[in-house]
Amino acid sequence: MSNHNKTTRTQEEMMALVRQDLKTGVGRKIPHESAGKHVSGEAVYIDDRLEFPNQLHVYARLSDRPHARILKIDTAPCYEIPGVRIAITSKDVPGQLDIGAVVPGDPLLADGKVEYVGQPVIAVAANSLETARKAAMAAVIEYEDLEPVLCVEEALKKKHFVLDSHQHKRGDSAKALASAPHRLQGSLHIGGQEHFYLETQISSVIPTEDDGMIVYTSSQNPTEIQKLVAEVIDVPMHKVMVDMRRMGGGFGGKETQAAGPACMAAVIARLTGQPTKMRLPRVDDMTITGKRHPFYVEYDVGFDDDGRLHGIDLTLAGNCGYSPDLSGSIVDRAMFHADNAYYLGDATVTGYRCKTNTASNTAYRGFGGPQGMVAIESIMDHIARTLGRDPLDVRKHNYYGTEDRNVTHYYQTVEDNQIAELTAELEASSEYQRRRREIAEFNRQSPILKKGIAMTPVKFGISFTATFLNQAGALVHIYTDGSIHLNHGGTEMGQGLNTKVAQVVAEEFQVDIDRIQVTATNTDKVPNTSPTAASSGADLNGKAAQNAAITIRNRLVAFAARHFDVTEEDVEFRNNHVRVREQVLPFEELIQLAYFNQVSLSSTGFYRTPKIFYDHEKARGRPFYYFAYGAACSEVLVDTLTGEYRMLRTDILHDVGASLNPAIDIGQVEGAFVQGMGWLTMEELVWNQQGRLATNGPASYKIPAVADMPADFRVQLVENRKNKEDTIFNSKAVGEPPFMLGIATWCALQDAVASVGDYRFAPLLDAPATPERVLWGVEKIKQAMARDAVVETVD
Amino acid sequence: MIRFLLNQELRVEQDLDPNVTVLNYLREHLGKTGTKEGCASGDCGACTVVVGELEGDRIRYRTLNSCLTFVASLNGKQLITVEGLKDNGQLHSVQQAMVDCHGSQCGFCTPGFVMSMFALQKNGTGYDKAATEEALAGNLCRCTGYRPIIDAAEQSCKAGSQDQFDRQHEATLAQLRKIQPDATCELNGADNRSFTPLTVADLAELYVTHPDARLLAGGTDLALEVTQMHKRLPVMIYVGNVAELKTVDTFDDRIEIGAAVPLTDCYDVLSREYPDFADLLHRFASLQIRNQGTLGGNIGNASPIGDSPPALLALGANIVLRQGNSSRTIALEDYFVDYRVTVQQESEFIEKIIVPRAPTENNFRVYKISKRLDDDISAVCGAFNLQLEDGTVTDARIAFGGMAAIPKRARHCEQALLGKPWDDETLETAVRALAEDFAPISDFRASKEYRLLIAGNLLRKYKMELSAPEQAIRVTAHV
Repeated sequence: MSNHNKTTRTQEEMMALVRQDLKTGVGRKIPHESAGKHVSGEAVYIDDRLEFPNQLHVYARLSDRPHARILKIDTAPCYEIPGVRIAITSKDVPGQLDIGAVVPGDPLLADGKVEYVGQPVIAVAANSLETARKAAMAAVIEYEDLEPVLCVEEALKKKHFVLDSHQHKRGDSAKALASAPHRLQGSLHIGGQEHFYLETQISSVIPTEDDGMIVYTSSQNPTEIQKLVAEVIDVPMHKVMVDMRRMGGGFGGKETQAAGPACMAAVIARLTGQPTKMRLPRVDDMTITGKRHPFYVEYDVGFDDDGRLHGIDLTLAGNCGYSPDLSGSIVDRAMFHADNAYYLGDATVTGYRCKTNTASNTAYRGFGGPQGMVAIESIMDHIARTLGRDPLDVRKHNYYGTEDRNVTHYYQTVEDNQIAELTAELEASSEYQRRRREIAEFNRQSPILKKGIAMTPVKFGISFTATFLNQAGALVHIYTDGSIHLNHGGTEMGQGLNTKVAQVVAEEFQVDIDRIQVTATNTDKVPNTSPTAASSGADLNGKAAQNAAITIRNRLVAFAARHFDVTEEDVEFRNNHVRVREQVLPFEELIQLAYFNQVSLSSTGFYRTPKIFYDHEKARGRPFYYFAYGAACSEVLVDTLTGEYRMLRTDILHDVGASLNPAIDIGQVEGAFVQGMGWLTMEELVWNQQGRLATNGPASYKIPAVADMPADFRVQLVENRKNKEDTIFNSKAVGEPPFMLGIATWCALQDAVASVGDYRFAPLLDAPATPERVLWGVEKIKQAMARDAVVETVD
Repeated sequence: MIRFLLNQELRVEQDLDPNVTVLNYLREHLGKTGTKEGCASGDCGACTVVVGELEGDRIRYRTLNSCLTFVASLNGKQLITVEGLKDNGQLHSVQQAMVDCHGSQCGFCTPGFVMSMFALQKNGTGYDKAATEEALAGNLCRCTGYRPIIDAAEQSCKAGSQDQFDRQHEATLAQLRKIQPDATCELNGADNRSFTPLTVADLAELYVTHPDARLLAGGTDLALEVTQMHKRLPVMIYVGNVAELKTVDTFDDRIEIGAAVPLTDCYDVLSREYPDFADLLHRFASLQIRNQGTLGGNIGNASPIGDSPPALLALGANIVLRQGNSSRTIALEDYFVDYRVTVQQESEFIEKIIVPRAPTENNFRVYKISKRLDDDISAVCGAFNLQLEDGTVTDARIAFGGMAAIPKRARHCEQALLGKPWDDETLETAVRALAEDFAPISDFRASKEYRLLIAGNLLRKYKMELSAPEQAIRVTAHV
């Protein structure tokens, strides 16, 4: 597109082009901006950067105790290994030791005590990672063991919390429960989930003059890395520049917990004056870093003959690990989503942040929302089995209304509610009722293999619940050749954010996307950014970039009107050209004219989300700007002799508003669904009695592989449905909501198991539903049948 | 010294630590960073590369996990990495298909997928869904959910494989012929040594001379000692170039499989004989591992789980052990002594595995139970092989992996069946007898109670399958 290959077109030719639509703007299926580099291996991740001759590599020696006082650390033996440069303990950190994200609690290196197996105690830097590892293992560390708390139920009982509890309350749930026609109690364990981003945590730093630091990091939160690095090396934030080009996956795991390696490398670089890199080997990454919070849930529900809830008392106890990290907001979001798509009636929802001696659990796609939803979906199934109803009927009876029954238990009105409509459409397109009958018939004929089916909805609130985070900035320059530099505060972790934001800017300037270069997220270019999290990347940064582009475009329009002596309405940007009444000029020509006429071609842009607030005191507000909706229908096949299963078919209908890029959005929906399915099926975290994570690598922790995706997988986006709120081109956030579509597979497995008892007993499986849990579910149903048969005989 | 082609360029290595994996060699020694490290344990496929080997006048392309491959094993071969796929600045057809189908998101697993897809395209004849899933089972993607990647495989397989590798075929053949070794090669560095003998006699002699050497076959387990346990292996003898160990001979009554035959190649011969064994091998780790791992290695590794031993025990396989110039044949069940302990003597190695031919009435069945269908380690693997005459059990061989410290026959269970009518009463007695055979442990894969329950249930399933073969009762058969 540059000046070098500029073709000279006639006015007629250009006028014809102006009448055509831009091919790479908003709403188009543009490939990921790095796709060509991904496939050729040319995309550069941190570990692929050229190394310096005096580069150091850092290895952390980890605690092998779940809870202990540190009696002694002797790093002298480390220095006997050739190639070692430095070995540090918490005492060597020049600035602040704590790198807690919101509140303190996360020392960079253990300070006097260790609180989980895997906590970094010392860090050693050497000329190679292998040497650093060997030296770190040579250090002598002595402990005095303390009693650990390893189980969330025990922590709940002992009121062993990392943060205060919080409660949503509407009406009088105790009274509603007492007067309801039916009442059920139950409890449920929901497992955690390892992020398993393919690229492990990594940062590489270079000391600069003025005691500063350049930090290359794989992080969803460059500004927080900047702040924490500045704090640990004790300099103001303006001395630290953080650069983040791309992550090899994030999923929430790099929102706060990328900070450890970055700060560790920065401290060592500060102490040695040498460029320093810290990359976690896979097993260390899985041992050190936190995961999705496991939850323990207790419920007491009252409902009528249709299964409609009258009241609910719900306890959500999140296993936060040893420190707060983001657990305050995560357990909040579990509470905010304990209704999923249902009107709960009189409700008391209480969230606890339990402290255990395990890694500090952290953000993970859905951020507590999935756990809240699994709880209520489990309750829906339990009610349905108790009443002998199809769980889908019970779900539909409980859906939020559009006129009444449309206020959540935290007093936000559910607007633009699509859930009933969307369910009806999917019920028809997936032929749910016909297949439900066919499955019943199949199960009658098939003694060993049983099929199950389930359709579950998703309603997910969009916005950071920490309201101030809902802001973003961007920086746009147009250079004199008409090429555009675009920078924004969001980070690219594979979700296609850079592509979407570039499409937004392309649309505003009406130029092709290949004219736009999105550069690495950089704290020098856009300051004080929020993490790329809460599905907000495109919503926030897209708007900020749009505002920057509009500022420049307005200047160009004003200039053109002046220059050509026309009104501003006579100036139109269209398909790489600018039309000024009957005259058309190429975009770059206008840019050159503007430059020679001293028009500023650079602008920042800023955006804050309107309308949202939450009063934590009163537990009321509008924490979410809007809701995203979806529904999934999954069919599974279970072997009742072994508990093994296959995913036969999944149909998905998901709402992304007016899609910015349908190809990317479908990719998000499919990927999120499979990740959600993995969480609830094969992905099982197991700790041993000593608090050590036994599933600490991909040999023991299994994420879905290619054969695990549904054999028949049909994904549709809701069409012609703009977001009613003024979001970026009326699109909706897509990162997290479809994750919870995976719940359909978990409910379908329970449906297959329930078929063994003619659907009269609820299997009530804990999550994940591994083949082993499925088989125990089958055994439980068989025993319930046997007891029932005995009772009937006696009667 | 070893010689190999890196893409089209000849590389000669003389002074290189034989403990260096191909992944580290590429990334750290050569600065070729297209190949990614996701786990360094052969479980994620991000480091997948393709190795071309001379087979007569063709080049056979296979995927490998470069994190589990030592550089010495490249001697005489062509290593193709993701950097070698672009041609004159143009993406290769598999790369273009991944772009067209939106097959990459974060992009970190992508080079590995591209290489698996490249090998699939090179070896295949058009698009086949099952072959695609097999080719990609060892590549993990956390972003996409795989659908677009399958689409890309379909597009590239249908497009065909005419590319620069075809155009340069003759030149590459000539180069490979030129660098074929004609004697034992050594690669030494950092005080570590490795030998790559070409004949079994040389191997036997080397092993007598270096009794402390570690035998490197596929290396899919041995390499973990370096990459995961951070050990150094001072002396290695690579057996993958020993011609006699790579042959399969079929006789009237038996099949003899050389210990260094890759599992992929065992698949072909065993699938004809025992379809169930083929199904098991199909789910044995990933294609990258099966291309590399050998049947001999799987036995010699003496894992309590390793999936081929229970099947081979139920088939009554023998193995030939060789030491220097002498060899002995023993029943496989006599090979395993205790947890990772075997009867193998110093300087002794497995030369071949002898599997009996299938009888006319082939009652051999094997079942693998794991959390994930593909590329997972069994919680329990059960293999059953009964001979029946007039409804009576005349011979019984039943073996399990994952139920004891070694892969083990279920003697009590077998005794409960022998001479008895093959009916439900006998079945239930035999199921109960399993509790006398096994006291399994609980670990992260399964609880002991689950292991014992499914061991019995697999025997029940086996009976159902023999009695009503028309009724599919495996979830694996259903999709």
